[in-house]
Formats: sequence, structure tokens, C-alpha cells
Amino acid sequence: MKILTILRKLGLVLSLAIVVSTVSAGETSTLKIPKAKQNFSAEQACVEPTDVMRRQHGLLLKHYRSDTMRHGVRTLEHSLVACINCHVTADEAGNYPTVHQGSEHFCRSCHTYAAVNIDCFQCHTSQPQESFSADMGPVQSD
Amino acid sequence: MNVSIQNRRSFLKKSAAITIAPGVLLYSISQAHHAEKPVKSTTRWGMLIDTNKCVGDCTGCVDACTEEHNLTEDVPVEIKPTWIRKVTLRDKQTGRESSLPIMCQHCENPPCVDVCPTGASFKRDDGIVIVDRHICIGCRYCMMACPYKARSFVHEALENQKPHSPRGKGTVEACNFCVYRIDTGVGPACVEACETEGHQAIIYGDMNDPDSAINQKLKEVSSSVLRPDLKLNPGIRYQGL
Repeated sequence: MKILTILRKLGLVLSLAIVVSTVSAGETSTLKIPKAKQNFSAEQACVEPTDVMRRQHGLLLKHYRSDTMRHGVRTLEHSLVACINCHVTADEAGNYPTVHQGSEHFCRSCHTYAAVNIDCFQCHTSQPQESFSADMGPVQSD
Repeated sequence: MNVSIQNRRSFLKKSAAITIAPGVLLYSISQAHHAEKPVKSTTRWGMLIDTNKCVGDCTGCVDACTEEHNLTEDVPVEIKPTWIRKVTLRDKQTGRESSLPIMCQHCENPPCVDVCPTGASFKRDDGIVIVDRHICIGCRYCMMACPYKARSFVHEALENQKPHSPRGKGTVEACNFCVYRIDTGVGPACVEACETEGHQAIIYGDMNDPDSAINQKLKEVSSSVLRPDLKLNPGIRYQGL
């Protein structure tokens, strides 16, 4: 009997230890999202309020995509190219990360964490454009 | 009741304060760009290619297209993407040779759009025929339907696409009249290259606009389309064939 209770207590302690270790592991792998190059305005960080961007950026991109593809509307605010230009930042060596390698890329940093697979970048480039282009105007840099 | 009205009012005030400020800013940014409004069906983009001015061994337009859309992947020649190609025609009777570029002819009644099972292949209101590669399933019916052999299929995974010209494995692609340039008031890359080469064999513009150079030129000179028997009414017309 005594042995059984001891074993039970030991089991409880062990399972507690496992829970604690997983929690602390979770704390150490906190999500690191690279900062954008600049704020959209003094009041607002991005083209929409941050909570809207967090939840709705996929929808906004999809809406803009059909406006652009089907109707030729090309404004800056919800364009994937503009997102990439501002959000993908160079590393210390001055190289831009691609979404296919490493976790430094803005989109990948979060999508890997959330385990959501995106296929935008099979076709679209995941790096900012380097020079002036007729469609998007000059690259904004600081 | 009063409380709920108060809340509603304060909510509206707050939301107005949030939305008006960026709205003003967006307006000032977007002033720099032309394409805020949808394209109109009163526009019909087209090109007139003068085969007498097109020089046989010049590949300026083809090279410009390759550069503009980064069609540079290292693949066997049978599956190389070809958005524009130079063709030499020889009259058997007289031996006269003429050279001309052939690309997507941007038909008014495009067979590629007729056969597309998903609606990916479509014609914009302004007459430009393009592929929505978000919904293209890569079945290649459009490639078979096109009498001009204008479309290509991407067989291999790609990297280093241009920001303005996304391309990807498993989808069909063709000349898109450089839509992103057209939408912002710049001419297609091939037209620009032909001018740079000094040949000026291609003029482009809105064929429906009576003030446009292409409209006036079409009234003045005799021009023809490729395969007029198919009654597709292409947007690309040729002079001197």
C-alpha cells in the first residue's frame, strides 16, 4: 500500500515537472517579429490599426488582389509589394532574407509560429524591390 | 436608453477620429499614382506593328520582355517561356521577307477565355487578356485553344521573380501588355525597347480614343490582323504584311 502511494506521489511530481518544463520552454521561444522600416503615420503603425492588420491582413490582401487583377486598381495601401517593401528588413550584413530560408523574414516569423502555410511566395517575390519601378513608385527607406 | 445612445455617439466619434486621419494621408500618397479607378470598357488597348520598320536580326523587344518579366530560368528550350517571339515570313512567289514580333494578340473574342474551366483566363474591361494565376489550375486548355501559340507553361519552381511580375510553377502565362505599366501610364517594355533601338516599329495606345496616335495611324494606313478568318479581332495589328 505504502509503495503504491509513494509511486502515485512520485507520478504526480513527475507530471508537474513535465508541465513546468514545457511552460518554461514556451516562454523561452517567444515570437520575434522583425520591426517594419517605418510607421505609416504618427498615430498609426500600419495602413490599418494593428489589431485589424493582425486579424484581417489576409482578407485585405485578397480583396486588393482581385481589385488589381480584375480591374487594374493599383494603389499602395493594401498591396503585397508595399507590405514587403516596408516589413522585410535587411540583416546586419545588409542582405534581405527570403521567406524560403531562415526565420528572419517578417511573414515567415509569424506564420511558422502559427503553423499556417502560405503559398503567396511561390509566385510573388518575398524580398523588397531595390529600385524605382513604374507600378509602385520609389522604395521608402529610412 | 440614454446611456446606450451616449455610447453609440462616443463610439462613432472615436471611430471617425481613427479613420479620418489615415484617410487624409492615403489621399496624399495615392496622388502620385494614376490607377485608383477601375479600368473602363470604353478603352481598347492595342498595338500597331510596322513590319517594314521591324529589322530582321533585332531582338530588342524579345530581350526587353525577358528582362522585364525575368523569363530567365535555366530550362530546356522546349519548355522555355516565350511571351514574345520574332518570326520571319517569306513570300514564296517573290522572295520578299518580312520580320515581325508575335505575342498574345489580346483578342476581342479570345478562345483562351472561352475554354478556361476556372475563369482564370479572362479579358479585362480595357481589352487586355491575362491569366489570374491565383485560380489557374495549369490544365493548359488555353494553350491548345490559342491559334497564335502565345502562351507558355511554367514547369519548374521559380525564384527571384520581379515584384511587379509574379510568376510560378504550374500556371500558364503570356504577354500581359505590361498591365502594371499601362495602369500607371507607362508603355509596354517591348514598345520602349523598339524606340530605344531606333526602329519605332511598334506604336501602342487606346484604339478607341480618336486623339490617340494609334487610332489616327490606323485610319491612315492599311493594316491587317493575323488569321482574320478566325474573327477574333485581335488588339495587335500589323502594317505591311
